Amino acid sequence: MLQYIVRRLLFMIPLLLGITIITFVIVHLSPGGPADMLTGLSPKVSAEAKARLHSLYGLDKPLHVQYWLWLSRLVRFDFGRSFKDGRLVIIKILERLPATLLLNVLSLLLIFFIALPIGVISAVRQDSFFDKGMTVFVFLGFSVPAFWLALLLMVLFGVVLGWLPISGMHSVNFPYFSFWGKLWDIIKHLILPVFVSAFGGLAYLSRYSRTSMLEVLRQDYIRTARAKGLSEKKVIYRHALRNALIPIVTLLGLSLPALIGGGFIFETIFAWPGMGRLGYQAIMARDYPVIMGVGVIAALLTLLGNLIADITYAFIDPRIRYR
Amino acid sequence: MEKILEVKNLSVEFYKGGKVIQALRDTSLTLKRNEVLGIVGESGCGKSTLALSILKLIPEKEGRVISGEILFKGEDLLRLSDEKLLQIRGDRISIIFQDPFTSLNPVFKISKQIAESLVLHKKENLSTQQMEKEVIELLELVKLPKPKDTMLSYPHQLSGGMQQRVMIAISLSSNPEILIADEPTTALDVTIQKEILNLLTELQKKLGLSVVLITHDFGIVAQTCQRVSVMYAGIIVEEASTSEIFHNPLHPYTKGLLESLPSREELPSSSQGKKRRLKAIPGQVPDPSNLPSGCKFHPRCPKVIEDCKPEEPRLREIVKNHWVRCIRAVY
Repeated sequence: MLQYIVRRLLFMIPLLLGITIITFVIVHLSPGGPADMLTGLSPKVSAEAKARLHSLYGLDKPLHVQYWLWLSRLVRFDFGRSFKDGRLVIIKILERLPATLLLNVLSLLLIFFIALPIGVISAVRQDSFFDKGMTVFVFLGFSVPAFWLALLLMVLFGVVLGWLPISGMHSVNFPYFSFWGKLWDIIKHLILPVFVSAFGGLAYLSRYSRTSMLEVLRQDYIRTARAKGLSEKKVIYRHALRNALIPIVTLLGLSLPALIGGGFIFETIFAWPGMGRLGYQAIMARDYPVIMGVGVIAALLTLLGNLIADITYAFIDPRIRYR
Repeated sequence: MEKILEVKNLSVEFYKGGKVIQALRDTSLTLKRNEVLGIVGESGCGKSTLALSILKLIPEKEGRVISGEILFKGEDLLRLSDEKLLQIRGDRISIIFQDPFTSLNPVFKISKQIAESLVLHKKENLSTQQMEKEVIELLELVKLPKPKDTMLSYPHQLSGGMQQRVMIAISLSSNPEILIADEPTTALDVTIQKEILNLLTELQKKLGLSVVLITHDFGIVAQTCQRVSVMYAGIIVEEASTSEIFHNPLHPYTKGLLESLPSREELPSSSQGKKRRLKAIPGQVPDPSNLPSGCKFHPRCPKVIEDCKPEEPRLREIVKNHWVRCIRAVY
């Protein structure tokens, strides 16, 4: 097992290299550059000044040289400095990470703890009123775009009813609150973003676990469990659920990158101070080092997420043993 | 001998693709204490449906019992509450299935799957050591080599024969009175088949079990059963002691099944001249959603006459303890 993990980790190196090369090239090929963003609107800036900026950022060198320089810094864990404010990229990312983690861990927990029971109950009572109701809900969950739902809920709860704040993570007067006041303030800010980000996933995962459960309930070993004289509860929650969870674990692994990458559009709508919004702002400003930093972290976590899913797989399914 | 299980006029319907399938039609059966009763027939004749409906194991969405009674020591299993049924299912009456590969839960160790049944049916609480001891005893009972290693294995680490032995161990963990074996050896290699059958026969004698053995193979019946019921299209067409069936088969279907068995003298290696083509029964098992009129075997029957077509024959006792459902049968 250890050997397997080490091998998988080593395999990540060429994968990461490939991902960073592609990202690097695309980012640099896209029209406009950091210098244009700073100077484009001002007619007073001469071409010469632009060229000076270019050489200051190292953008006058050939692309492969730029990549090589970036990579040689990266292996020393130096992500460079933001073009925009000159701060260390790694610091900027670390500042944003907790907000994204908080939001996404909560929504992932919500998804799993609600979707799993919904899926299981739908499967056990297939074609019941509950099951059919959930099918409608799932249809909505799949079809409603998150940004649209977000805007509607903001109008309803933020503007019409005035119950919940619609953007950011804190109120303006946050520093003056007591501890519990602060906590309540954050919770209020979390409700809408967590709900909206969980909505689509809820639909997806409940459908997925329903399918998985139905598949397992048809198996012969479920009939054996019943034939043993076990109660229906034990048949479902002991014998069926454990097997139905196996494919769901993969989904968990695949959801991990979203934990950190954050929703670009989504965090921007709610003005949530997370990684997604950082990435979005960096792209708009052509802030290459920040874009690459966010990209590398997201890629790394995606690969680690897949590895974790594979390892978890081996723990819950004894038929899988890695060599 | 005392009747331990009686199936009376059982009819079972299945729903498949909007069609209603009559899987069992007015089937009756009696199992006596300490006997091995064989139920023989081609696939799709209702043998497994019979086995599953005795323990109410047919999923509600797939089918249901229309009428009839299943009396276990005089008590109708079909009218028991779920709670009471669970005191009989897996406890007084156990069942083993055709395919051991898929019948054991892949994610639990063998010890856990056996212990689960022990805990459920032994009313007292067992300590971990006692439990382990009993699991090992059961594995020894079914003659699994290295019971301590087997106990800690997962099902996929065992061979098919070993898995079926584990299934037998699970089914015997509650000291049942009746064991229903639904094609217990069909999925196994021939040599393993023999071992499993020998094991079942031996355990039946040792533990005083009453066994319903479901099979499509008359060879297995000859080795293990005292009595045989032959099923066709969801109904019993002939019933007699094993020796009677082999020597005096009366229903044309039974005869057809017996003639399709090779005997030792006819095997190609033994002699040159005596070769005989094995006879197959012409035609196919009727579509259970669209059964023929009258005797359900008449479209395939070599002795069919016009009188076979309008009405389904009754089961007649032609000589003592030999029942047959054919108007043309004579002793």
